[in-house]
Amino acid sequence: MFAYYFELGLRSLRRNPVLTALMVMAIGFGVAASMTTYAVFRAVSGNPLPDKSGQLFVPQIDNWGPQSRKTGGDLPESLSYTDAMALMHAHKAVRQTAIYPVGFTLVPVDPSSQPFAVNGYAAYADFFAMFDVPFQYGSGWQGVDDDNRANVVVISNELNQKIFAGANSVGRGIQLDGRDYRIAGVVADWDPRPRFYDVNNGSGFGDAPDVFMPLTRAIDLQTETLGNNNCYGTTGQAPGWDGWLHSECAWISLWVELPDANAVARYQSYLEAYAADQQHAGRFHWVPNIRLSNLMQWLDREHVVPKETTVSLVLALGFLLVCLVNTIGLLLAKFMRRASEIGVRRALGASRRQIYTQFLTEAAVVGVAGGLLGLLLTAFGVLGISLVFEPEIARLARLNVSLVGFTLLVSVAATVVAAFYPTWRAARVQPAWQLKSN
Amino acid sequence: MQIKPILAALRRHKAGTVLIALQIALTLAIVCNALFIIQQRLAHMSEPTGIDEANLLVISNQWAGHRSPQEVDAQIQADLAALRQLPSVRDASPSDGYPLTGGGWDNYVMLTPEQIEKTTDASVYMGDEHMLDTLGVKLIAGRNFNASEVMQMTSRQVVIPPVVIVTKALADHLFPDGSALGKPIYSMSSTPSTIIGIIERLQRQDVKTWSKPYAYESLLWPMREDTDGLYYIVRAKPGQLAAAMRAVPQALYAQNRMRIIDPKDGGTYAQIRERIYDSDRGMAILMCIISAVLLAITAAGIVGLTSFWVGQRRKQIGVRRALGARRGDILNYFLTENFLISVGGVMVGTVLAVGINLWMMARFEMARLSLAYVIDGVIILLLLGQLATLAPALRASRVSPVEATRST
Repeated sequence: MFAYYFELGLRSLRRNPVLTALMVMAIGFGVAASMTTYAVFRAVSGNPLPDKSGQLFVPQIDNWGPQSRKTGGDLPESLSYTDAMALMHAHKAVRQTAIYPVGFTLVPVDPSSQPFAVNGYAAYADFFAMFDVPFQYGSGWQGVDDDNRANVVVISNELNQKIFAGANSVGRGIQLDGRDYRIAGVVADWDPRPRFYDVNNGSGFGDAPDVFMPLTRAIDLQTETLGNNNCYGTTGQAPGWDGWLHSECAWISLWVELPDANAVARYQSYLEAYAADQQHAGRFHWVPNIRLSNLMQWLDREHVVPKETTVSLVLALGFLLVCLVNTIGLLLAKFMRRASEIGVRRALGASRRQIYTQFLTEAAVVGVAGGLLGLLLTAFGVLGISLVFEPEIARLARLNVSLVGFTLLVSVAATVVAAFYPTWRAARVQPAWQLKSN
Repeated sequence: MQIKPILAALRRHKAGTVLIALQIALTLAIVCNALFIIQQRLAHMSEPTGIDEANLLVISNQWAGHRSPQEVDAQIQADLAALRQLPSVRDASPSDGYPLTGGGWDNYVMLTPEQIEKTTDASVYMGDEHMLDTLGVKLIAGRNFNASEVMQMTSRQVVIPPVVIVTKALADHLFPDGSALGKPIYSMSSTPSTIIGIIERLQRQDVKTWSKPYAYESLLWPMREDTDGLYYIVRAKPGQLAAAMRAVPQALYAQNRMRIIDPKDGGTYAQIRERIYDSDRGMAILMCIISAVLLAITAAGIVGLTSFWVGQRRKQIGVRRALGARRGDILNYFLTENFLISVGGVMVGTVLAVGINLWMMARFEMARLSLAYVIDGVIILLLLGQLATLAPALRASRVSPVEATRST
């Protein structure tokens, strides 16, 4: 029966090629616009660490006071060195790491090649286990290396390719800014999008890091942060590196791993107690104000999804809606023109259900055709996406199997939904009235 | 033209009427907002920087290997001397950033050392006595820095120069009575900087939404940054930008190869603008595409439904023609019918457009939609409706009175 309706549908669509083409185009354009913008939205709004995102948390501490938020603004997005170190030493979470972005220069042994920049992060040994970092060779450094302020680094696969031609370089030396480091491990290709652990210093979609080193060592070497350094207040700070370390400037991120709700509650009360201690010690002149956000809450708070991406998606969905309204109108015209045919079929014994099946099948055919056109246009859209979105975001959007499937599904579902009203009208046709009027 | 019979006829095609009106309403709502976004983005992109963009280029220079602040400072001096001697170069200055960097240093500015709350927020530029000439900004009051005032800043030193040059926008914000020259200001420190000069205009380093309230509020400090790296701002002689683009990196590498010039940062102002306004341009293009396709689809939908109605009413049209209606009357009938539906649609659409705008204002820091865009949108859609109806209506007007006598 379905095959018969399918054939009827095709025949009917061929009868009004212009109307059919209009519907297919409307569906195709609507779906393509939505899917192209959705591809971008999906790329930037995804969960970068789905298995663990519920267990990773970012603490924030108000070390500037409510005065700093009088003209808007929120708690500082990073911690001062003082607070970050206090939280690290307290060791109240299963795992914890302070992080800040660092940059070095690497001078190749070959004197004819130019020096190049090597950027990465200063962190603690827990970083690698917390964030499920995969290793090509070796592993992260150990906790003792943090304590010993050891000259060790973990490098990226890309950097390893560049200097060691991809060979196992664990245990070998590397010179950064003229200082020697021992390589503890080579990270396999690992670049979560967004780079959740550093969204406060950039878009979260920039180039992957080349190197990781113990934060304790980086501090000893007075390695500047490549990220934001936010200070508040006029009294300023003592001059020099130590003056800066002990200032209230916020520039270090802290991540903690808390496996369950109890651990979260305990950490929350620890933070409150810590802030209260600081108040008693006279450092904070205000009521303790702390916050603990999990990974996805943090990405939301930091507005990782660019507002352009969301606005585009919303307007594209509005566009799809107009296309659907358009399709409803055209289907209505098409179906009602066949009132007499429906009358005859009903008079010959077709049930309302059969009329429904027939016309929805016809609509589904339009949906499939629209979907195929939409797919073609989406492919063009994804190709041309760099015209519309920033390069570092545009390169994330890809046409893959799930997007292809979703595009077809959306267009068929949308068309069938759009066809319900016209079909309902068609099924209500009174056979007697139709037959009489002819 | 009688409107009553048209309304009576429309009542018999409620569904079709409502669908067309709805489509017009949604299209209007989206197109108004899209046009508004396009205008906002284009306006943002065309904001002037106040500098001689046509002849400027920026080099992002990072030092390779380890060297002392004294060595770095000597190298910077040597680099600048070499750059200023190039035949294609007019002047050059060291800096910590450049207009439209997309990030960079900004400081709270206060009027007294005791003040806790900021008076405003200024974008901070470092440069030497060549900075004003290099940027090509106009000094409208006071004087430039002299060479002896230029200080060195090494890593994490808190250096507050005793003199500062500010933009007119910053001077007016701080001292609305126009008395800025010679006054002290305090920038995240209890050490004052005296305003010795006022320049006409200098764009901030960062032009994101948050900095809008402080547009063009910048200050210049006479400093050289002897840390890991810096920017060289170079002003080419008129028409010699391309030559300078080639000569400058060569001259720097000839001075010392142990440096990294970042190809993704700096460049000519054409490149810098392209980078910073990337998402704005993208948004404008996307909104143009969406508006154009949307209008086309709506027009096509109106053509389709009107054609259907004409087909359905051939007999009635024939009867009217037989009873003496002229072709013009039939044409008029369909055009008026479409006009009535469109008017209903744009009324709903106006409400929707304002609703969408209010929602985007709350959610995405969008500005308030100006009425002009709604009026433009209404005119566009009414015209579009009439044009789309024209072809089927002309076909209807050609229906012969004989149709009245034919069955079906």
